[in-house]
Amino acid sequence: MAQQTAEWTGFNITEQELRRMRWQTRRENLGRSWYKFSRNPLSVVGGATVLIIILAAIFAPYITPYPDHATRPFTDFANASQPPSLEHWFGTDEIGRDIFSRTVFGFRFSLTMGVVVLSMVVPVGVILGLIAGYFQGSRIDTIIMRITDIFLAVPPLILALAIASVLEPNLFNSMVAVSLMWWPWYTRLVYGQATALRNEFFVSSAEVTGASTAHILFREILPNTLSPIFTKISLDMGWVIIIGASLSFVGLGVQPPKPGLGTMVASGAKYLPDQWWISLFPALAIVVLVLGFNLLGDGLRDLFAAEEI
Amino acid sequence: MRTLTFIARRAFHAIFVLLGLSIVIFIIARIMPGDPARVAVGARAPEWVVEQLREQMHLNDPLPIQYYYWLTDALHGDFGISLVTRRNVADDIREFFPASLELAFTSLLITAVLGIGLGTLSARHKDKFIDNVVRVISYMGVVTPSFVFAILFLLLFGYVLDLFPTIGRLSEGVPRPPTVTGFMTIDSLLAGNFTALFDALHHLILPAMALAMGTMAQEARITRASMSENLTKDYIAAIRAFGVPERTVMGRFLLKPSLIATISIMGLDFAGGLANAFLVELIFVWPGLSRYGMNAILRKDLNAISAVILVLGVVFIVVNIIVDLVVARLDPRIGLRAARSD
Repeated sequence: MAQQTAEWTGFNITEQELRRMRWQTRRENLGRSWYKFSRNPLSVVGGATVLIIILAAIFAPYITPYPDHATRPFTDFANASQPPSLEHWFGTDEIGRDIFSRTVFGFRFSLTMGVVVLSMVVPVGVILGLIAGYFQGSRIDTIIMRITDIFLAVPPLILALAIASVLEPNLFNSMVAVSLMWWPWYTRLVYGQATALRNEFFVSSAEVTGASTAHILFREILPNTLSPIFTKISLDMGWVIIIGASLSFVGLGVQPPKPGLGTMVASGAKYLPDQWWISLFPALAIVVLVLGFNLLGDGLRDLFAAEEI
Repeated sequence: MRTLTFIARRAFHAIFVLLGLSIVIFIIARIMPGDPARVAVGARAPEWVVEQLREQMHLNDPLPIQYYYWLTDALHGDFGISLVTRRNVADDIREFFPASLELAFTSLLITAVLGIGLGTLSARHKDKFIDNVVRVISYMGVVTPSFVFAILFLLLFGYVLDLFPTIGRLSEGVPRPPTVTGFMTIDSLLAGNFTALFDALHHLILPAMALAMGTMAQEARITRASMSENLTKDYIAAIRAFGVPERTVMGRFLLKPSLIATISIMGLDFAGGLANAFLVELIFVWPGLSRYGMNAILRKDLNAISAVILVLGVVFIVVNIIVDLVVARLDPRIGLRAARSD
């Protein structure tokens, strides 16, 4: 195989040298991408926000002033419903828990939601899209895409509400519900790409040389669909977090006393407008998190879009 | 003729999608752990009552036959009895749905006017100060969940500035117009009751705005993008070269083709708005489908849940057909064909 490559290209290079050159190109591309990315201050702000929130969520027990208020049942009625102060940056809630600490812990649930849902959804959606797209016109294509149509026919939040409602309300089940709703978007995205790519020469050459279907799907077609997939993933993080918070908000996600961001907004809504800080700060935390992911996603999209040319 | 075939094709597709949706809903309702008959009569009812009900509800039949019964009942508008209100689910929906629909339509109106307006403004003053302001607004609109907007508006306009009422559809003491359509504004207009009309509008604005913010942001972004793309096209340069006033160029020749993308998204947004209304209604204590739906969800009232989802699905699909028709109307190529046959 190594010899062949050398003969075909007409140059006298070994496989090893070729690999080294490939790595070098890749490294240069990466450097150039980072340069392009860092030129847009908004993308950098978004990336930094996401990074800080992830770190804060991981090290929450060490950096928050009152980790106990978030991790175990806690009441302190003497300090209940305190407005924001130096002692309690975001104030305290109706039973005296520090809202700042709880908000930082709340990021854990939102991030888990985003990561778990997307890592369940993307492989399933992508594989179904590849199969349907490659076998376009066959019965399997019809079956997959019609099912996709049905799921796309209803707004994701509504079906997620329905599915979450028949399951036991907790974080895991809300992730299941959102995942069941989310895969069709990836199927449709990849389907569009795959139907275009299946007629390309590199695919037909692979077919002619007798490559297996799995090889064609995953080694020939998939690599060419990766950049739109990654772009969609980075933009979807924000959406999934919003839907997760919405489910928690209506009581179908993270259950109190656990500090889900949506859960905290909902339980504080009862005390509006007098104790506005109870729900306002967790609500703003959701906005900051989603804003961070969207700015980052936009930056990445510009990168990928530029690379495609 | 072309429109008719188009509608027929879309309707056929819609029926297919609805059938699929009904199967999904049916499966969701049936995989739930627990015996629907037992849930319906309560834990203390004797076993023979449950068995009788089970027979009556066709629960002893195989699943496809159960689905057949469920579907034929649903087609007749019979979704069974709600566990929450102990009434017919269909009656409940007839009572609560108009309030949600009124909210969603108002927010659609706001979305259309403000979204297209801001997008046009943005495209016209591209890369100037106004454009940047609109971009920031639309970005914030996209990243902020509607229930957060609801809380922000409630605090800011409802309490700090005290401009709008924050609870329900009508103030206390204002005479309720007789229910005809279920839309408070239309009903008061029909009754000639202008106090109620203005009060209803006053109550509508805040929740509708909260609901509209996210979709409005999206419309503004899309309108801006497609307008600034069309601005670079040759036909605009040609029209300008003829000396057509800039206002006409913008309003007639640029806006119309640019709206195609905006309106296609608007259909999706309307249905998304109905879903988000669930969250906004909770904050503004709006007596709509969401409070009913939420209670149904918390009590695991399957008849009500499936009916609510099916109704929302139907609305979504119908709205999308309407949107496709409007888009077909707006498409300049179809317009050209009509002009030639004249």
